[in-house]
Amino acid sequence: MDQARFPSPDPRTQVGQVAAAVRRRVLEHTLLHNGGYLSQACSAAEVLATLYLRVMRLGPSQAPLTPRPFAGVPGADNPASFTGADYNGPRAPELDRFIFSPVHYALVLYSLLIEVGRLGPAALAQFNQDGSTVELIGAEHSPGHEVTAGSLAQAISQAGGIALARRLRGEPGWVWVFMSDGEFQEGQAWEAFAALAHHRIGRLGVYVDANAQQCDGAMASVMTIEPLAARLRAFGAEVHEVDGHDSDALAAPAAAARTTDRDRPLVVIARTDPCRGIDLLRARAPKLHYVRFKGEQEFAEYSQLLATLREAAA
Amino acid sequence: MTTTPIETVQRPHGVNLVRWAKDRPEVLVLSADLTASCEADGFRDAYPDRFFSMGMAEQNMMSFAAGLAREGFTPFVHTFAVFICRRPFDQVAMSIAYPNLPVRLIGFLPGLTTAGGVTHQAIDDVALMRLLPNMTVLECGDATEVESVLDAAQAINGPVYVRMLRGEVPRLFDPGAPLRLGQARPLGAGGDLAVLSTGICTEEALRATAALRAAGLAVAHLHVSTLKPFTDPLILETIAGVRHGVITMENHGIIGGLGSAVAESLAEAGLGKRLIRLGLRDTYAHGAGRDYLLREYGLDAMALVRAAEDLTGARLGLTEAALAEVRLETLATADKTEDL
Repeated sequence: MDQARFPSPDPRTQVGQVAAAVRRRVLEHTLLHNGGYLSQACSAAEVLATLYLRVMRLGPSQAPLTPRPFAGVPGADNPASFTGADYNGPRAPELDRFIFSPVHYALVLYSLLIEVGRLGPAALAQFNQDGSTVELIGAEHSPGHEVTAGSLAQAISQAGGIALARRLRGEPGWVWVFMSDGEFQEGQAWEAFAALAHHRIGRLGVYVDANAQQCDGAMASVMTIEPLAARLRAFGAEVHEVDGHDSDALAAPAAAARTTDRDRPLVVIARTDPCRGIDLLRARAPKLHYVRFKGEQEFAEYSQLLATLREAAA
Repeated sequence: MTTTPIETVQRPHGVNLVRWAKDRPEVLVLSADLTASCEADGFRDAYPDRFFSMGMAEQNMMSFAAGLAREGFTPFVHTFAVFICRRPFDQVAMSIAYPNLPVRLIGFLPGLTTAGGVTHQAIDDVALMRLLPNMTVLECGDATEVESVLDAAQAINGPVYVRMLRGEVPRLFDPGAPLRLGQARPLGAGGDLAVLSTGICTEEALRATAALRAAGLAVAHLHVSTLKPFTDPLILETIAGVRHGVITMENHGIIGGLGSAVAESLAEAGLGKRLIRLGLRDTYAHGAGRDYLLREYGLDAMALVRAAEDLTGARLGLTEAALAEVRLETLATADKTEDL
C-alpha cells in the first residue's frame, strides 16, 4: 500500500491528511480554472484515500510522474495507445486492480495520486490542456484510469468481466471499483449486480460515494435510488453502509472480506457530505455538481478559504 | 416464387463452432437467453466452463465481454442482431469499439430472415456497426462463409460484427473457398452492368443474373462479405468496367449498408456511374414469411431484373416463372477467382 507524503504512522491520521490535501488541491484548481467538480472532492476524499492507503494491494506506480501526452485513440494501427492503469502499479496475479467509474471525479483522483506519490505535483499543470491525458473527464489514457467509463455504469460491468477473467485464471487478487450513487439510476448497474451474483463473483468490491447529489440537484428530487442498501442486498451483494468520512469504518468491511472465501460482491456504501471541509458550498445546495464562481465576491471568498486551509495545514 | 433446390447445410454455425473452438481455450461464448436460437447450445454442452449465460441483459453483457477481452480472452457474443446493435449501442461503442477490444459480436436473424417482425428484423445493424470506428463488419452469404467466418474474424485485431445465418443454410460456394477478409467473390464478368450483392441476397441475385445473361446482358457480379473496411479494389475496378451502372442488393435498409458504401466509394473515386440500391427503402417491415417479405420489399430476383431494365433501358420480358426455373448449384472452386 502507498506511502503517502504524510509520514504519520497511523493510517487513520494519514487518510485524514491526504483527504484534506486533496480538497485543497481541487479547490486550488477550481479557482485556477474558475470551475470544477469541487463537491466531489468534498464527498469522496476519504473514500479514495482509504482505498489507496488501506484497502487496495497495489504495487508501485509503473508510470512517469509527469503524465504522457495523448498518444491517439486505441486502434489496430496505433500500437502507441496506452491506459493510465500503470499508475496503480503492475499487473500481477496476487495484486489488486482499481476501476474508476465516475470519471468526472478525475481531478479528485489526480489529486489523490499526487498526495500518495504516484503522480508528480506538476501533473496538474496539464489539467484540461489540449493534447494532454490529464483530461477534465477522464478516459482510459488518463492517470489512474483503466477503462473508458464516462458513459456511466459501464465500468461495473467491465470490472465484472475482468474479475471473471481473473477467476478463470485462478488469480487471488481483487478488483476494486469506485462508483457514484447516481450511477444506480442506470439499468446497466442492476444488470451488472445480477450477473455478479449469478456468476458468484466474490473478489470484487465496490465503494460507492453516496453523496446524494447529481447534475440536476439532489437525487431525491431527480430520481431516488433508495433504499440502495436493501436493493443491493436483494440483488445478492454483501452490503455495508458506513460514514464515508470515517476511514476506519470504510476500511473494515474490506479487511473482513479478505479473510473469507467469497461467492458474492462486496459493496461499501459510503454516506458522504458533498460540502465536507468546504462549508461555503452549502450556500449553493442543491446545485453542487459543477462549481463555477458567480462573481468576484464569491471567488474572493473561496480564495480566502484556500489561504486559510493552507495555513492550517502548514 | 418457388426456388430450385440447392445443397443446404443444417445448423452450420452450431456444428462449426464446437469444432473450431475445441483447441482455442481463449474462446468464450456469452449468450443472452437465445443460446439454442443462436446455435450456441453445442458449445455450451461441449465446453460448459467457457460458456456464460448473461440473461436478457445485453448492456451488461457487452461491457462484461469487454472486461474479459481486456484480460486476453476472446468473447463471442451470441444473440440476435437487433439486440447487439440497438439496445446496447452505447456499450458496444464505449466498452468495446473505443478500446479496440477483440470481442466478436455474432448477430443472428439479419434483415428479413425472420417472421418475428419489426423487433426482430435487423434492417439497420450494418449501418450502425459500420459507423463505429475500429469495428469490422462481415456478412455471411452461405454455409461456406458461415464455416469460415470465425477464422476471418479471429485474425482481426479489434472488434468484429458478424451477420450470421442459422438453421438450414444453402451452400453457394465451394467449402475450399473460404470467406476472406476484404475480398469480394467474383461470380461473373460482363461489361453491361455490375451487381453487388451481400448475405442472402446473393442467392436471389444468382437467379436473376443467370436469367439476365440468358436474355443477352453482360452482367458482372460480385458477392461482398466484408462491409467494413470497404477497400477491395476489385469493387471499383468492376464498376469502372461496365457501361450502364451498378445495382446493389442487400437484406438491409438502403441507408448505411452496402449501397451506401458503394455510393461513397463511387463518389470519392469520381466514378460517374448510376447506382440503384435494392433494399428496404427507408421503411420498417413486419412479421411474415421470408419469400413474401423479399418480394414485398423488392429484394427478390425479379426486383433485380427490373433494376437491370431500368439501368439498361432494355425490356427483357422475364417472368417470375422463368426466374424460378433457374437452377442453382454450389459453385465449383473452378468457377471462382478468389486466388487471382
